[in-house]
Parts: sequence; structure tokens; C-alpha cells
Amino acid sequence: MTTTPSADPSSLEREEAHALLKGMLRVRRFEERCIELYSAARIRGFMHVYIGEEAVAVGAMQSLRPDDAVVSTYREHGHALVRGVPAASILAEMYGKAEGCSRGHGGSMHLFDLAARFYGGNAIVAGGIPIAVGLALADKLQGRDRVSACFFGEGAVAEGAFHESLNLAALWRLPVVFFCENNLYAMGTALTRSESQTDLTAKAASYAVPTWAADGMDVLACRAAAGQAVAATRAGAGPAFVEFRTYRFRAHSMYDPELYRPKAEVQRWKQRDPVETFAAALQDLGLLDRAEHDALERDVAAEIDDAVAFAERGTLEPVEALTDHVYRRRVR
Amino acid sequence: MSSPATVETTFREAFREALRDALQRDPLAFVMGEDVGRYGGCFGVTHGLLEEFGPERVRDTPLSEAGFVGAGIGAALGGMHPIVEIMTVNFSLLALDQIMNNAATLLHMSGGQLNVPIVIRMTTGAGRQLAAQHSHSLEGLYAHIPGLRVLTPGTLEDARGMLWTALQDPDPVLIFEHGALYPARGELAHDAGPVGIDEAAVRRPGEDVTLCAYGGGLPKALSAAALLEADGISAEVLDLRTLRPLDDAAILGSVARTHRMVVVDEGWRSVGVAAEVCTRVMEGAFYELDAPVARVCGAEVPVPYAAHLEQAALPQPQDIAAAARRLVGSRG
Ligand SMILES: Cc1ncc(C[n+]2csc(CCOP(=O)(O)OP(=O)(O)O)c2C)c(N)n1
Repeated sequence: MTTTPSADPSSLEREEAHALLKGMLRVRRFEERCIELYSAARIRGFMHVYIGEEAVAVGAMQSLRPDDAVVSTYREHGHALVRGVPAASILAEMYGKAEGCSRGHGGSMHLFDLAARFYGGNAIVAGGIPIAVGLALADKLQGRDRVSACFFGEGAVAEGAFHESLNLAALWRLPVVFFCENNLYAMGTALTRSESQTDLTAKAASYAVPTWAADGMDVLACRAAAGQAVAATRAGAGPAFVEFRTYRFRAHSMYDPELYRPKAEVQRWKQRDPVETFAAALQDLGLLDRAEHDALERDVAAEIDDAVAFAERGTLEPVEALTDHVYRRRVR
Repeated sequence: MSSPATVETTFREAFREALRDALQRDPLAFVMGEDVGRYGGCFGVTHGLLEEFGPERVRDTPLSEAGFVGAGIGAALGGMHPIVEIMTVNFSLLALDQIMNNAATLLHMSGGQLNVPIVIRMTTGAGRQLAAQHSHSLEGLYAHIPGLRVLTPGTLEDARGMLWTALQDPDPVLIFEHGALYPARGELAHDAGPVGIDEAAVRRPGEDVTLCAYGGGLPKALSAAALLEADGISAEVLDLRTLRPLDDAAILGSVARTHRMVVVDEGWRSVGVAAEVCTRVMEGAFYELDAPVARVCGAEVPVPYAAHLEQAALPQPQDIAAAARRLVGSRG
């Protein structure tokens, strides 16, 4: 059975409301800067931004504890930021600097931060899903009440690894939460062209996994659905699946000419911009005034400026370090 | 400058012309893969083919490498001539089971009853700061497998010409397209068409040393030969073209002419293509050698993101030239 909890902003506390808005602003402004830096060739390789989907990361991660694990994809800047990976170390990574969270070896698609229990940064579609199952298995075997959460796109649902993972997790009643970010497109392939059954919660439910669906453009709805799912899992109910219905406002990657979706469709979704609609709702409720909004933006801008300065002054890993970290134990 | 007999083109366009030609000539041929249609091809190779040939023959697939590669094998058994595109060699590992356990083995296991006339194309190689999960050179892994034919076009003629010959082959053929070559430009004959896939080719004759390369390593070997010429060293450049089966006669013949060999391979050195070529020289032309065979290979690391580390991990013309100079310097 799929649950779609409703979310009412009128019960929000002021501070909590500001924290949610700031969380989304951090991701939005960070990535806007990344796009500029990419155009200036400070960042290279493939880069995928999350603009439009911020409510999912911010809402979904509210109920995770610092000792829970998060597994992500190549579209993970937002996940990493919300999870608490410092903006400076993320950006330094994208610059290829030694101060980056993966020492410059990973780049935009491969952010890792063990301190934040952030396990990447996986660019093989669906590649991270079984890893989350395994992290959960380790917790269960060692009697810890931690949860492992994995984020993936709806495109990943077509991969065998998704199905094998749900089955294993349900069979072994593992504490893993599957967060599916359904933004309707896998590169140029629309959901209706990739799935025979486009109801993804129905698919997950067929593995005897309880499912939730949330409006991915509404941070409170995301928080509510994920909150129930994580609570059930932490209480020992086994895995949970949450589908967030969202949209990416930008192209798949910086290389995508975006020939596959109508501009009008993008415009329509932009009217539901999760950052702007939430800020407007808070203003209507009297939970946010102009000065407070400006202050949030200023804080975020300062954090990002610092991150850029940190990345710019970062150093390059010496070439002699090329073969480090291939084995933990030195092997010749 | 184009002469009337030639046209300026890129590898990307040459691969596309080959696909167009195959679809026009062979009603049983069809193209299938992720985003080959509406998106225009992940690397733009299939751009425009959907409009020209329609969705039956330019078939977009979900993210299901094992599924659609396996289905391609089935379609080949059923009498079709599938051309399956896998976005990059890293992702082909999700279909490795189908390629190795079915495509490569069915003929033998069935006592000669079932052959699999499938062509599988994929991108390989590094140099674009895409980090480990998008940059590996795993053609050597496929060249390890009996039952497959492994092609590595390194010239425009081969980019244009290998596909049709591969389609005539009753066995599974894998074509590895080096990602860094797609935008490379050059002159191609107006009437360029199918080429043989059995023989290696001398791309530049020389007397003092053989530089043996393939695919993306070929232009680097040619650059190295130009560097060596400035030093008064005459290098022959041998293009392997086909990694399985290897053209022993061409390899041994070149060693018999130059008595020295440097093998260039972007793949890893241990247990790789270069190791195989060296061994064949030891077995078949040991007494022709004036110096031990040298290898210039990719560093034994997952390919790093940072530009300076990535470049350090890859064979460069200077490295190839230096290896050749050492061999010539050790002349008795
Ligand atoms: C196994 C594999 N196949 C193909 C790709 C190429 N690729 C990268 S992202 C992507 C689209 C994935 O879409 P989705 O899962 O919906 O996530 P989104 O990008 O929409 O966040 C594809 C096809 C890949 N990285 N891995």
C-alpha cells in the first residue's frame, strides 16, 4: 500500500522553516555557481546538477541521523551538501584538488566522505543500490539501529540491480530506505518509454516492501513521507521505498542539447520551483520576512564564496601519488 | 584541405556514416541501445538516424544492459543483424555475463548449431576527465574471451569501414571506439567503404624500431614516431586493428624488419594486451630482437579525475618516444 502523507506548513516553527529553506538555497546557489565555474573550465568532466530537485534531498534527509549511511549517484552535489559534506571540500573535489573530499581522484560524479557516512558518488546507474543493502546488512548483523538510505533516479528502476536489491532487502528485512527520485527522464528517455509499469511504487510493492509517494516539489511532503518510511525501517519493519515526484530544470549534464523534452513542459514545472514556492508559502504564513530571506541568501553566498576561495587556493596532488590508494596495503 | 577525392570528416561522423550505410543496405540490421534515438546518441554518433530510419530500426532501450544485450543475442539467433550500442565499456560490465556466457560460447556449447551474428559497439578509453567509472580501457578483457572478435578502429578508414565487415561476420564482433577520437578530424576518401578486419596494418614504415599500437594509442604512436624522426630514429608504426584474433604474422614481420618493439596500450599493463603481444614476440621472434620488448601502458590505477593525474596515468607520445630511444640506444 502506498501512503502519501500530506504536509501542512501552518504548523511549522519559524526556525525549522528557515532551516529547510536555507538547506534548499544552499544546494541551488551552490550549483548555480558550479555551472559558472564549469563554463569557466574550472570544473571539468561530466557534471550533473540537481536544480529543481532540492526539496527531495532536504526533505528526505531530515529524519536521518549522523550515524546513518547515505548512498548516492552521479547527481549528488545536493545530497552531499545536505548530508553535511563541507561545500569547500566538494568544490575542491570538482576542481581536482588534493583538498577535495576524494583528493581530486573522483570529481563531480564521485564525492565520498566517510566522516559524513556519505558513500558516493556512483556513476554506474543503480550501482549504489546493492551497496546500501550491504551497509544495512552490516548494521543488522552487528545489532546497530542505523538506517542506510540510497538515492537513485527512476531510470535505475529498469536495471536488474534495483530488483535484486529490493528482493534481498525485503527477504532479509534489512534497514534500508530506497529513495527514488522520479524526475521523469533518464537522459533523453522518458519514463513512459522505459517502463511497462510506470507506477514505481506498485513495482516496489511487488517485493512486499511498504511504499510512500511524495510531491517532490514540496519539501514538507518529502519530509513527511521520508519521515514515516525511515521511522518504520528504524523500528525494524524492514526496507521502505519512497518515490519523490520531481523534475530537473536543467539538462541531464552540461553536454546535453536537450532535444527530447518540450520547453513548455520545463516552464510548467518551473512554476512549481520548490525553493520559490516554499519561500512564498512562508511569507504568506508570516514565517519569513524580506530581511530574514536576505540574511539567508547572504549566509549561503558567503559559504559558497569561501568554498570557491578554498578550491582556488587548493593544491594539486603530486603526480607521485598517482598510484596511492589502489590497495590499502602497499602492493607492488 | 579536401581534395576532390576526399572529404574532411570526424571519427564521430565516420562511425555514423557506417551505421547509416548498414541500415540502408541490410534490412535485417537495426541499432539498439540507451538513448540512441531521441537523445541523439550519448556521444552523438547516432544523431539523426531515428528520423531517417524510424523507431523500429533505431531502438531506444531502458537502462538494462544485461537485458538488451541479451535480447540482441536472441535477435541474432532469430535471424536479425543487431548492432547494439553500449554507452561506455564500463557499463558493458553489466552485460558481461551475456557477452561472455552466451554470445561467446553458444556456438561451441551447441556443437556448432547456434551462431551469434551480433555487433556490439561501445566507447572506451580515458582523457576526458570522466574519472574511473567512465574511462577504462577494457578491450583487453574482451580480447581474453574465445568466441569474440575484438576490433579497435584507430583511423577514419577503419571507423568508416569496420562495421559493415563486422556485420558480415557470423560471429559476435565487439567494436571499441575511443572516446577521445570522436572529434578528431581528417581526410577520408569519398568512396570509403568496408575494410578487412583480419589484418594489422603498417601505418608508417620505419627501420629502427616498431611502435605497436591500436585505437586511441595509434595517433600517440604516430606523434611519437614524428618526435623520433627529429632524433634521426626511423620508427615503424604498426596498428593492431583487431585485438582478437591478433595478427601474429604482422607483429612478427615487423619485429623481423626493425628488431625492436615498443607496445603501446592505454589499458593496464598487468595481464593485458601489451603483455600478450610481448609474449607472442618472445615465442615467435625472440632471435630477431636486438633489445627486450618495451611496454608503455596505462598506470595501474583506476583512472583519476584531476587532469594532471589522468594525463600521468596515460601513455603519452613522449613516453613512447623515450621507450623507443632506450631500445635504440641499447643497440649492440
Ligand atoms: C549502467 C549505466 N548505464 C548507462 C549510464 C549512462 N547514464 C548516466 S546517467 C543516465 C540517466 C539516468 O537517469 P535516472 O536514473 O532517471 O537519473 P537522473 O539522471 O534522472 O537523476 C544514464 C543513461 C550509466 N551511467 N550507467
